[in-house]
Amino acid sequence: MKKHTVKITVNGKEHQSEIDARTLLTHFLRDHLNITSTNIGCDTSQCGACTVLVNGESVKSCTQLAVQMDGAEITTAANDQISDIEVIKRNFHESHGLQCGYCTPGMVMSSHELLKQNSNPSDDEIRDALHGNICRCTGYHNIIEAVKKSAAEIREGAAS
Amino acid sequence: MNQQSPISKTQNLSQGYIGKSVPRREDARLLDGAGQFIDNMKLPNMTYSAVLRSPYAHARLLSINTEEALSLKGIVGILTGEDLKGKVGLIRPNWIAGQDIQIPDHPVLAFDKVNYTGDAVAFIVGESREAVQDALEMIEVEYEVLDPIIDEEEAFQEGAVQIHEGIKNNRAGKPLMAWGDYRKAAEEADQIVSLKLINNRLIPSAMEPRVLLASFDKYSEKLEMYIPSQVPHLHRRWISDTLGWPEHKIHLKVPDIGGGFGAKMHLYVEEILVAYAAKHFGCPIKWTETRSESHLSTHHGRAHTQYIDLAIKNDGTVLGLKLKLFANMGAYLSNMATGVPSVNCTYFANGNYNIPNYFAQTNLIFTNTVPVDAYRGAGRPEATYLIERSMDKVAEVLGMDPLEVRRKNVIQKFPHNFYDSGSFLKCMEEAKSSFKYEEKRELQAQAREEGRYLGIGIINYTESCGMAPSTVLGNLGFDRGGYESAEIKVHPDGKVTLFTGSTPQGHGHHTSFAQIVASELQIPMEDVEVITGDTEAVPVGVGTYNSRSMAVGGSAAKICAGKVIEKAKKYAALKLRCKEESVLYQEGHFFTEENEKRIPFAKIARMAAVPHHKPEDVTPGLDQLYTHDPISMSSPNGSHAAFVEVDIETGKIEILEYLAVDDAGNLINPMLAEGQIHGGIAQGIGQALYENTVYSEDGQLLSGSLLDYAVPKADQLPSFKTDFLYTPTQTNPLGAKGIGEAGTIAAPPALVSAVCDALKPFGIDHIDMPLTPPKIWKAIQSASQDKGGAS
Ligand code: FES
Ligand code: FES
Repeated sequence: MKKHTVKITVNGKEHQSEIDARTLLTHFLRDHLNITSTNIGCDTSQCGACTVLVNGESVKSCTQLAVQMDGAEITTAANDQISDIEVIKRNFHESHGLQCGYCTPGMVMSSHELLKQNSNPSDDEIRDALHGNICRCTGYHNIIEAVKKSAAEIREGAAS
Repeated sequence: MNQQSPISKTQNLSQGYIGKSVPRREDARLLDGAGQFIDNMKLPNMTYSAVLRSPYAHARLLSINTEEALSLKGIVGILTGEDLKGKVGLIRPNWIAGQDIQIPDHPVLAFDKVNYTGDAVAFIVGESREAVQDALEMIEVEYEVLDPIIDEEEAFQEGAVQIHEGIKNNRAGKPLMAWGDYRKAAEEADQIVSLKLINNRLIPSAMEPRVLLASFDKYSEKLEMYIPSQVPHLHRRWISDTLGWPEHKIHLKVPDIGGGFGAKMHLYVEEILVAYAAKHFGCPIKWTETRSESHLSTHHGRAHTQYIDLAIKNDGTVLGLKLKLFANMGAYLSNMATGVPSVNCTYFANGNYNIPNYFAQTNLIFTNTVPVDAYRGAGRPEATYLIERSMDKVAEVLGMDPLEVRRKNVIQKFPHNFYDSGSFLKCMEEAKSSFKYEEKRELQAQAREEGRYLGIGIINYTESCGMAPSTVLGNLGFDRGGYESAEIKVHPDGKVTLFTGSTPQGHGHHTSFAQIVASELQIPMEDVEVITGDTEAVPVGVGTYNSRSMAVGGSAAKICAGKVIEKAKKYAALKLRCKEESVLYQEGHFFTEENEKRIPFAKIARMAAVPHHKPEDVTPGLDQLYTHDPISMSSPNGSHAAFVEVDIETGKIEILEYLAVDDAGNLINPMLAEGQIHGGIAQGIGQALYENTVYSEDGQLLSGSLLDYAVPKADQLPSFKTDFLYTPTQTNPLGAKGIGEAGTIAAPPALVSAVCDALKPFGIDHIDMPLTPPKIWKAIQSASQDKGGAS
């Protein structure tokens, strides 16, 4: 099988790799780069456990081929340089928004994207924004709380 | 245990960290995506593997040709049923509940026949994920397709296809459970009310699929395997039994697990395949289930058809209950499969009520489907659903308020034959008032005038948690111990490590167990490390199921810590120059009434670790190992309430409010307990409204992925209101009862009750779960036709 060369920046670090055309972004991150913050929960793009940001937009990394990502900037939950992501993580922790934690990195990334677009979402808007991320443990209640608290903190931070 | 436990509205536990909502120490790595999930791990020279599964529900296996697949680049080897014959044992159930249970052979890889779509036929090991996937396509299997049977009642009919040779009517057994005299109750009754209920088949759907990683060291002849297990010590025993390998040469390690919900405590063929192949091919092997594969191979839950007769008085008193149950076992008997319907369900089918006469017959039926076993709640959801639907039916027939019928029959005296303690009536009253029942009835009446259909469902549940003691489990045919272990190692600097056999899958044991030990030892929580899920680090263990972690494992930890202090007092006595009996321990210091001097715990730890001065007949060190086998199980209870609106144009249900009032005795970490309630309710609502496992007539699993099996999403659930009562159990020193399954048990009847209440004007008194919009819409249409429209 023909190999393709791609240059992909993940969490600020550039990686050049030779990959098969069929390599999914999620497998590329996990198997080639050992970045484990993209959990795989399904094979039909339902669960969102693999969500990352590609050039700032949330994407299910199991539905993208790594070759399509040539030149892209990817952000995963492992990125500790983005203060909003850190705020979201802290609130997930404080509000008990995670149990087994398998869905969590994906939840954090989807929440981050939501809060970039809508700094003051209602409960319904949060639930709507997260409907592509399945959590089997928490019942979402505390996740919604965590996102609401994060929104308020990020707004305050921006105002001060 | 004959004094009544006090019911209270506030938890009165100010001892150290117990009763405090301490945030979890396990969160940081999970939030960063640095969780130690098995699929994240790699071993040097690791290979990948895949299972070839039967595409047919029922077929004879005529031949398997692996030649072409074997010739593919990167393929290490392939195993078929023939290869394992005589080398690998059968998969055996672990709970034989009832007399004359028929156990069909369950080979690890099928050799003459496959019995469900997904049944394992061959196992491929190769150098990459891709290679094994390609090889899967190239194995040629010749089948002679047989008629399958899917439905548990049809499978029982005379003349139905027989799945296992010698097992007539596809019935594995027919356990009975009875007390009083149902026949007499039926004669004395004013009337008999009957219902038929289907308890829908569910797919547990932990977000992390099953995954294994094994290596075998030929020099030490030892297997090391990472396994997502709720019960690692039990898994070790079962693997040892099946492979005939010595138990002490099997080392299982359980890192982070992405949810279990019961499904990760059964023995699966893959565990045997990966272990065997790691030795056979001499290379480390990883196996990762895909989600679609998970639907076809990880064991399902529920799947009952229930026929209920209630002998009642016209004042609402229930004199007797007769139950005929058809429990779908799937193709083989899985671990706990027989016990789930015939003990966990039928033993608790009287729910929170006095039912003096009871007769239950359970038919355990084989079908050509994925095996069915314990899934969160395991029998208690099926029991609670049937008795709560029954209470509603009685209310309906007699024109009584559903809460009045419940009040009439509710158990009020504890201890009761079944329950150590409880707050059944109190919880119901609490739920009724905080839910503002009367107000909601008014709202409902007003809404009806406007052509809107609101419904209220308030239900009661109880469950039994902490399967124990061992002697009772033995009598029930449950081949496990009812104990849990705790070992505390006291390091010379006074910090400690707890090793517990209780194994979390997102529960937060590393935090809550540290709370218990730190409180008992009166040292900072930071000084307590908790180790779980390792069959060598943890000397003995049973595991996590039946909400037993706190009640059994937590109690073991508390008692063990108490023993550390007892021993430390012997050293302290030497230091304080006094008798052991006069040593006191408070705020982490040893002292006596006479002696002002206060010696910190760490100092005694050091003294015991370097025992230059040692009391006579006392061994060095403070380490303790304790296994706690409780005197009995304990019974949490609660009342859940749902308020819904049904859109009769579309059949869509909106949950306007959901309230849970639970009493699980003392809560070690209320925040974690509440999290368990939330997650349980979500799964319970899933069963009530969304989730269903559908097979086609020819045995294909139509709910084959998360596209076709509707696990609830964030926009399909409401926020929950939770409230607690605290009736500590006397059956363990923590007074904790267990909370993990409550929501899964309570939510289905609460929702169905509320929806049926909303549809009362149409004369609808029951619809089987899941209550999907088309089902509701159709029920309304046919009811309107029958009755000439809603009144
Ligand atoms: S793994 Fe990507 S959406 Fe499920
Ligand atoms: S925390 Fe387990 S799936 Fe969300």
